[in-house]
Amino acid sequence: MTAPIIELRGVSKRFGPAYDAAARITRGLTRRFGGAPKNETVRAVDTVDLTVARGEVVGLVGESGCGKSTLGRMVAGIMPPSDGQVLFEGRDIATLSAHEAKTAKLKVQMIFQDPYASLNPRLRVAEIVGEAPRIHGMIPHGEFDTYLDAQLRRAGLDPAYKRRYPHQFSGGQRQRIGIARALAVQPEFLVCDEAVAALDVSIQAQILNLFMDLRRELDLTYLFISHDLGVVEHLSDRVLIMYLGRIVESAPTEAVFTHANHPYTRALLSEVPRIEARKRRFTAITGEIPSPLNPPTGCHFHPRCPFAMARCSVESPALREIAAGHRSACHLND
Amino acid sequence: MNATIEVRNLRTHFFTRAGVLKAVDDVSFSVARGQVLGLVGESGSGKSVTGFSIIGLVDPPGRVVGGSILYQGRDLAKLSEREMRSLRGDRIAMIFQDPMMTLNPVLRVDTQMIEAIQAHAKVSRAEARTRSRDALGMVGIPSPEERLESYPHQFSGGMRQRVAIAIALLHNPDLLIADEPTTALDVTIQAQILAEVQKLAADYGTALIWITHDLSVIAGLADRIAVMYAGRIVEFGEAASVLDSPVHPYTNGLIGSVPSRNKRGERLRQIPGMTPSLLTLPPGCAFRTRCARADATCEQEPPEGTVSPDHVARCFHPMIAVPA
Ligand SMILES: Nc1ncnc2c1ncn2[C@@H]1O[C@H](COP(=O)(O)OP(=O)(O)OP(=O)(O)O)[C@@H](O)[C@H]1O
Ligand SMILES: Nc1ncnc2c1ncn2[C@@H]1O[C@H](COP(=O)(O)OP(=O)(O)OP(=O)(O)O)[C@@H](O)[C@H]1O
Ligand code: SF4
Ligand code: SF4
Ligand SMILES: [Mg+2]
Ligand SMILES: [Mg+2]
Repeated sequence: MTAPIIELRGVSKRFGPAYDAAARITRGLTRRFGGAPKNETVRAVDTVDLTVARGEVVGLVGESGCGKSTLGRMVAGIMPPSDGQVLFEGRDIATLSAHEAKTAKLKVQMIFQDPYASLNPRLRVAEIVGEAPRIHGMIPHGEFDTYLDAQLRRAGLDPAYKRRYPHQFSGGQRQRIGIARALAVQPEFLVCDEAVAALDVSIQAQILNLFMDLRRELDLTYLFISHDLGVVEHLSDRVLIMYLGRIVESAPTEAVFTHANHPYTRALLSEVPRIEARKRRFTAITGEIPSPLNPPTGCHFHPRCPFAMARCSVESPALREIAAGHRSACHLND
Repeated sequence: MNATIEVRNLRTHFFTRAGVLKAVDDVSFSVARGQVLGLVGESGSGKSVTGFSIIGLVDPPGRVVGGSILYQGRDLAKLSEREMRSLRGDRIAMIFQDPMMTLNPVLRVDTQMIEAIQAHAKVSRAEARTRSRDALGMVGIPSPEERLESYPHQFSGGMRQRVAIAIALLHNPDLLIADEPTTALDVTIQAQILAEVQKLAADYGTALIWITHDLSVIAGLADRIAVMYAGRIVEFGEAASVLDSPVHPYTNGLIGSVPSRNKRGERLRQIPGMTPSLLTLPPGCAFRTRCARADATCEQEPPEGTVSPDHVARCFHPMIAVPA
């Protein structure tokens, strides 16, 4: 059996104040002026194991702030984990030689959630999209413009705009620049972080169709982070549900949408707005949203879980198999 | 009845080196107190620029070249920059598509929020800080007290978006323009924000212009919907009527592309062809190169036609038989 394209072993990411000198200085000041010492370590990702097979599309969903982008960055090799290992084609990326690491980085591309921050404002679109493939010798001599135009057109951008700067584009157009940039270097693995969120549904359909074509033609593998459960359902083979830094459920797409197991997953699915609903009253969150600065003990979901038992606030439930390929972390399964 | 905002024949153009780009070209609508207008449409069709035009933040080479914008009956173009500044962020607020247009990356969140409060309200710093903390809590940010001390880059994408929302809501504005405010939010937090916004509209009569690609949010929130294509509103009407029986071929194609209306794993329906360049728009209907119903008539400018009392569309061949 060939090694999975990506594997995470016990990966965690903590953000401590120690990494941020400026914050430390100002915090020192507030403390001197009477601010109470605070708990300042964010546990963004907490001991995650994950295996992605070549050609697979894995959806990743969860509450805003639960650690999806952080996990995505570690998978893409652009952020080192605090603990644990990230393996690309069976090899820990922390142990690769400089040359190997560079190749691996090229093969795993990320489309960033924030199209504004991820584009260099001083570069023209032609440079943003065309520079990397040119440097890495992916474009035959004399075919730069042909290659670039094809990349832009594929992402739904008019090549006539290639001499423009990012600020001259609309939100959705900028997002497509990010998509074109990631695809232009012919990656094998794509981390899509809210990659189609800024697009109208028709252009979104065009991009999603492109992703599916690339998968069929090139066996491209995806980690697809999205809040749009309709898109995730449409595209993914398997869906991971994350809650406050941990994976709480992992199952084939069918199973998640027909018989989700974890109480958080069920709560999430019950709230999906439907286009068929008209002028309705939206409901506010009941109970407190737990904080990654100070995560609840035991099962992270227990303060909001309608089924919480005494044990749930003490003992952290393990992610266990409950059916073939279906894993969930909840004490109710015992 | 007086509308909170009335936009008449708005034209906003960008004078680029390659030519004049008509980002907004003859757009009219109005929103009454407590009402929600959903603004949807093609990416790049001029939705954000419409919002920028209303709050007076169109940057060169862009310029409002025509039409008028009346806020509570007052022509905003006639206000001085000082008067406009005192309205902006207070009576008229905008949640930008890019939260970093609201947030300063080098300042802590508390500094920015306190500043936003004190710009329009005479309150002490301590009072402003308490209000900032409560506002963060309201948009579902846990440990708001601790998080006030963070910098924007220490937040997740959705958290930054929520801080921008919290800032826009600080002064209970009369008019709120929300540009893709919940795209980076999961459904739970999204519902929390939408509940707050509905409360704002009910309690303070805030008029809302809600720009989004998420048709299911619009379905639940909006009273009326305007659909934009290439700088124009091509269909406008009561929300249920536009969503259930769209008559403009573009709107129809758009609604047909929603993934839940397609079969899992199969290719999604998409509107054929590509968005026309706004620099080189041919005369006539801008949609005609992509439209299955186009004929020679469409080389003329389609006039606005009435479909039903509160539903209009700009199309020569709308998708239902219009009673003569
Ligand atoms: N500074 C600028 N210079 C030139 N053209 C611009 C500038 N800003 C915007 N445009 C153009 O104006 C048009 C309208 O842009 P706008 O941002 O309003 O689109 P939008 O409808 O909000 O799209 P999206 O849904 O993608 O955010 C786009 O075609 C865009 O390329
Ligand atoms: N550079 C950083 N420094 C400090 N904390 C950070 C940093 N990046 C992320 N965090 C924190 O880590 C947690 C997870 O953030 P992350 O961006 O991974 O969330 P997310 O699941 O992608 O959320 P969203 O859906 O809102 O984008 C958050 O609490 C965030 O504040
Ligand atoms: S372990 Fe307990 S608190 Fe956690 S989801 Fe299951 S029942 Fe709810
Ligand atoms: S006016 Fe003609 S081209 Fe335009 S949408 Fe209607 S039928 Fe299609
Ligand atoms: Mg994120
Ligand atoms: Mg926009």
